[in-house]
Amino acid sequence: MVSKMSARLSVPVSERDHVQGSPDAAVTLVEYGDFECPHCGAAHLVVKQIQKTLGDQLRFVFRHFPLAQIHPHAERAAEAAEAAGAQGRFWQMHDLLFEHQQSLSDRHLLLYAEAIDLDTDRFARELAEHVYQPRVREDFMSGVRSGVNGTPTFFINGARHDGLYDVSSLLDAIQRAGSDV
Amino acid sequence: MSREINESQSNSSGSALAAGMPAPEFTLPAGPDRKVTLENYRGRPVILAFYPADWSPVCGDQMALYNEILPEFKRYNAELLGISVDGPWCHRAYRESRNLQFPLLADFEPKGEVARVYGVYRDGEGVSERALFVLDNEGRISWSYVSPIDVNPGADGILAALENLSRKETQDGK
Repeated sequence: MVSKMSARLSVPVSERDHVQGSPDAAVTLVEYGDFECPHCGAAHLVVKQIQKTLGDQLRFVFRHFPLAQIHPHAERAAEAAEAAGAQGRFWQMHDLLFEHQQSLSDRHLLLYAEAIDLDTDRFARELAEHVYQPRVREDFMSGVRSGVNGTPTFFINGARHDGLYDVSSLLDAIQRAGSDV
Repeated sequence: MSREINESQSNSSGSALAAGMPAPEFTLPAGPDRKVTLENYRGRPVILAFYPADWSPVCGDQMALYNEILPEFKRYNAELLGISVDGPWCHRAYRESRNLQFPLLADFEPKGEVARVYGVYRDGEGVSERALFVLDNEGRISWSYVSPIDVNPGADGILAALENLSRKETQDGK
C-alpha cells in the first residue's frame, strides 16, 4: 500500500486570494466553501463570530469549492462573488450569498449586485460570459490537490482541520496553532 | 480466483494488491442492462474506486466529489469506475439521485468476488474497503490506497498517480 501525503494547503495564500484581516496575523484560516451548501452557511456564522473574537490575530481567506452537480446554483454564485470582487466588493457579495442561500437564481444575484452598488451592466455581462469560471475552477482544483473532500473544509496555517467546526472547537484549534508560532 | 483473505482483521488493507501487480480482469454489470469488462479499457488509465455501499453519507461525499472532478480525470484520458457490492438496480437509483456521470459496477454475484481478488473485501461486514487503484495503459496497478472506511480519501492521490503515469509515458516516448 502506498501512503498518502498528509493534507496540507497545496497553493499558499497569495495576492490572488480574497483576504480579510492583517497579513501579520499569527494564524491564517483558509476556508474552501460552496455558497449553496447548508453546512457552509452554518460555518459562515461561526467564522464571523471567531473573527469578532480574534480581531487582528486572524487572517481569513475564502476559496471556492462549488459542488455543482448537487448544488445547481453554486457555480454561478461563486462566479457572482468573483464578479463583485472584480469591482472591489467580494466580501459584501460573499456575505449576502451566505445570508440568502435559498435564493441564488440569476435574478437574485442581480438584486444583490444592485444592493451593494455594483455596476450591474458589467456584472450581468461578466456573469453571462462566464468570465470568472476559470478562476473558480482554479480554486476548486487547488482544493482537490490539498485534500478538500467536501464543504466546508478549513486549513489552519496550512494544515487541514479535520475536527468539528463549531465556534469553540474551531477557536481552540486556531488558538493552539497561534501558540505554536 | 484467489480467495485468500485475512479474516482476522476487520480492516483488510494489508492484503490490498500493490503497485506493480497486474490488475485482475473482471466483467461486472454497470446497470440492469449493461456490462463493463476491464480489459476493454486497455490503452488508457483506469481508476477503480471501491466503496462500501450506495447511500451511506460518506460515500455520497466521495462519489459526489469524483463526479465534480471527472473533467480532470478525462484530461488524463482516464476512466473512473465505482465498485460496490450493491446490486445494479440499487446503483441505478443511487446514480440517478446523485446525478453521477460515471459507471457504478455491481460486485453483487458472487458477492464481493472482485473486491476479494483485489484484497479489499471486509468479511465481517460483507462490504468492500474504501480502496483506490490506478491502473496504467497496460492494465498494471500503478498506485493503490486503502482509506479508513469512514474517511473520504479524496482525489489528490488519484491525480498525483495519473500525473506520474503521464510523466512516465512522456519519458518513455510513447
